[in-house]
Amino acid sequence: MGEPTEAIIRFEGVDKYFGNFQVLKKVSMQVALGERVVICGPSGSGKSTLIRCINGLEQHEGGTLSVEGVKLGEGRASLDRARSSVGMVFQQFNLFPHLTVIENLMLGPVRARKLPGEEARDLAQRYLARVRIPEQADKYPRQLSGGQQQRVAIARSLCMEPRIMLFDEPTSALDPEMINEVLDVMAELAESGMTMICVTHEMGFARRVADKMVFMDHGEIVEEADPETFFNTPKSQRCQDFLQKILQH
Amino acid sequence: MFRALPCLAILLLLSGCSDQWGWYVVDPTTKNGLVNLNFLLTGLYYTVLLSVTAISISVVVGLLVALPGLSSNRPMRVFSRTYVEIVRAVPILVLILWVYYGLPQLSGLTITVFWAGVIALALSDSAFEAEIFRAGIQSIAKGQYEAAHSISLSYSDTMRFVILPQAIRRILPALGNQLVYMLKMSSLVSVIGMQELTRKANELVVSEYRPLEIYTILVIEYLVLILIVSAGVRWLERRMNADERN
Repeated sequence: MGEPTEAIIRFEGVDKYFGNFQVLKKVSMQVALGERVVICGPSGSGKSTLIRCINGLEQHEGGTLSVEGVKLGEGRASLDRARSSVGMVFQQFNLFPHLTVIENLMLGPVRARKLPGEEARDLAQRYLARVRIPEQADKYPRQLSGGQQQRVAIARSLCMEPRIMLFDEPTSALDPEMINEVLDVMAELAESGMTMICVTHEMGFARRVADKMVFMDHGEIVEEADPETFFNTPKSQRCQDFLQKILQH
Repeated sequence: MFRALPCLAILLLLSGCSDQWGWYVVDPTTKNGLVNLNFLLTGLYYTVLLSVTAISISVVVGLLVALPGLSSNRPMRVFSRTYVEIVRAVPILVLILWVYYGLPQLSGLTITVFWAGVIALALSDSAFEAEIFRAGIQSIAKGQYEAAHSISLSYSDTMRFVILPQAIRRILPALGNQLVYMLKMSSLVSVIGMQELTRKANELVVSEYRPLEIYTILVIEYLVLILIVSAGVRWLERRMNADERN
């Protein structure tokens, strides 16, 4: 990777409320093209909400948030542009249970990107091979293991050929023996130069792939540093406590 | 109570052996009986046509009423709610009379008996269909919408390819119930002269004076019709679930 210069995602003083509860408090952060960011923090700290703002699953309320130079929250067009360049992988996979694996993958390319069926099928097969389950194309999601389902979900996102990938605790719902197969796919994706933002507690993965670590607590970014500094010399007490808890187990 | 019922049934059947019953009126081995039986059965055509047309329309209208009810837009929700509350409050028979006798005066259009029946039944049923669709759609996990959003599907594609196929599987038993209910309620359209099963039976009773036998046939006609529909719905359920489970 060359020196990342261009900020592809830019949060500036972003606020967000759920009712009276402030989930995000004046959050400012930049993500450069090709950068791999890992966000961690205790539950309820606003990390999921933060990344869900990027593809418009949540609307931020104060401050500005721009994706590829387009400000979000200014009408439908900006939202559609943002979500077309941002892929997302969820904790619960959220595959479409009534469609086969290949149909799950083809739906977006055919309906949203208007690709012809055959082209979409080739694309889907290619990404299935990339997540190493080309032979499961005609199965239904429930016939697959959790790890396989999550890899299908990753492939489904990639079929939209996004420039940014968001991961919202992608391994939290998985049995321990399946976590690595998903993390390996994610690590490969990181190596290919994809801009990635991952909310995860997998610190081994974070050390391996992250360019930048972000620690959030109570809706604020408490610490933001390269992994080396982050793990070895965390500045804040809150971050130290958190890391101690999470690295012990 | 439950023992009394079979006893009552047996008593009724036994009485058939006595001179209380006069099955000759629909005895297919006699010329008159065959004509009468045919007369009764010709009502089947309108009963089925009316019910199927009405339910097809009411499913579409029901969906169009349910969708705004699920929107985040308050006026749309109010519209949906109001429609359901008002339509649901009108008895079907009253609606049939109002559409047949009232609506032509109001609109200046002449409405045939058939279409008056279809409009009244479809209107009445649409409120219930809307409630069924609402429940079905609400039962789909939020994650499905979020996944659809994340792959840039439009609202209509999300509904068409992701939400409704799953919702319809879940509400199929309820939709089947409504079809059975419609088949039965179509008998009310006889009051405005629709030549369906009940009307045919009424007319035959007037000329033959054998209400017991003729209405018994009528009961059996509805029973058979509805058992067929139930079997059909169950078959559809099995088939839809099969391609999810195999």
